[in-house]
Amino acid sequence: METYYHPKDLAKFSDMSKGNPQLWDKFMAYYGAVFAEGALTEREKALIALAVAHAVQCPYCIDAYTQACLEKGSNAEEMTEAVHVTCAIRGGASLVHGVQMRNVVNQLSM
Amino acid sequence: MSLTLFARGNTLASSREQLRRLAATGSCAPFEVKMAAAGLTPLKATGVSVFQINVGKFCNQSCRHCHVDAGPDRIEQMSRETAQLCMRALADTDIATVDITGGAPELNANFRWLVEQARALGRHVMDRCNLSVLLLRPQADLAEFLARHQVEVVASLPYYRESQTDAQRGEGVFGKSLEALKLLNRLSYGVPDSGLILNLVHNPAGAFLPARQEALEAQFRRELSRHHGIVFNRLYTITNMPISRYLDFLIESGNYEAYMERLANAFNPAAAAAVMCRHTISVGWDGTLYDCDFNQMLDLPVESSAPRHIKDFDAARLHHRRIVMANHCYGCTAGSGSSCGGATA
Repeated sequence: METYYHPKDLAKFSDMSKGNPQLWDKFMAYYGAVFAEGALTEREKALIALAVAHAVQCPYCIDAYTQACLEKGSNAEEMTEAVHVTCAIRGGASLVHGVQMRNVVNQLSM
Repeated sequence: MSLTLFARGNTLASSREQLRRLAATGSCAPFEVKMAAAGLTPLKATGVSVFQINVGKFCNQSCRHCHVDAGPDRIEQMSRETAQLCMRALADTDIATVDITGGAPELNANFRWLVEQARALGRHVMDRCNLSVLLLRPQADLAEFLARHQVEVVASLPYYRESQTDAQRGEGVFGKSLEALKLLNRLSYGVPDSGLILNLVHNPAGAFLPARQEALEAQFRRELSRHHGIVFNRLYTITNMPISRYLDFLIESGNYEAYMERLANAFNPAAAAAVMCRHTISVGWDGTLYDCDFNQMLDLPVESSAPRHIKDFDAARLHHRRIVMANHCYGCTAGSGSSCGGATA
């Protein structure tokens, strides 16, 4: 089936180095450092990345970090909870803007 | 309980068919080519420090990933005569470790004899245990027997949660595994400074690579202690080899090519240089000699210029033999590497 996102295109990610190798190298060095074991474990970082992948709804990131989470020792229950965190924050962000709506209502109403 | 490939009449029950599928892999270069590019061919043994005996394919479980295609229907069993040849060969060497595997090795009629003989020779003995075997009524004294002979127990526990463990090893296995681990702990297995070693083995319950051993060991230790009061010594992470029932799972689930590509992309020259076959000899139930238990299941004996049967065992001629390789070997060289003793790099 024709699709805008081709799973195999993830392997072409490094093609982005062709336009500006210096920026690509800096990004990849930064990326690698971010995901290295630090105050947070690699496993915890992969779970955060999975949640963010769902927030930005990037299919490549969802594929990559689902696999990464499994390969860091996480399980489907933990990964599902991470996605619920995404859902709660996204939903909560919408809902909290209701305060703006209510401010305007109060401003306009008698 | 799932059936063995053998019982299902699956074509992959044939090692020839498995090798054909492995050779036809489109998503990775042939393993020998990869090894040559890394400057690691010909790969040669560096000695023999582990004498691994596979006593047969009979098992009380039939796990979905089993590389032996073991199960209750398998009748291949090492005879006393072959077991005696093993101990005779061992006695003529200074090989320090005897690693007994199967199937469920404890269900071989000669298992306890092998343990007693190897211990009498002063060798360290490891038992690759599926845990549930310790709860079988005829094996009621097995755990005490292992403790009495100070056998290291290497116990399969793919994960610290029920769903993943039972998905791989069969319904109810997780509960039995916990019960068996508690039994071993009561005998002081896994207790620091007890001298009774209890190591766990993790295999991923799916088409992905294992986590970093050190990190996963910490997770296992925390979770098993917190929820079940279980202690152990080390966790070994072992990559699933793309052979036998795991190969069948990969093909049936549509993951085969992607998994092979994943293994090949994660090829680690340091892990490739440290593969266990370089210091192991693997003896089959019928006495045939192999570089490892995986080659054994693919009917790939040691190279033809080396002795190929335990009755002809000659440590000096095996020490520098050329290792026999095929595409399944990518399983031992990916990421942190994999061996019967866990990560290698």
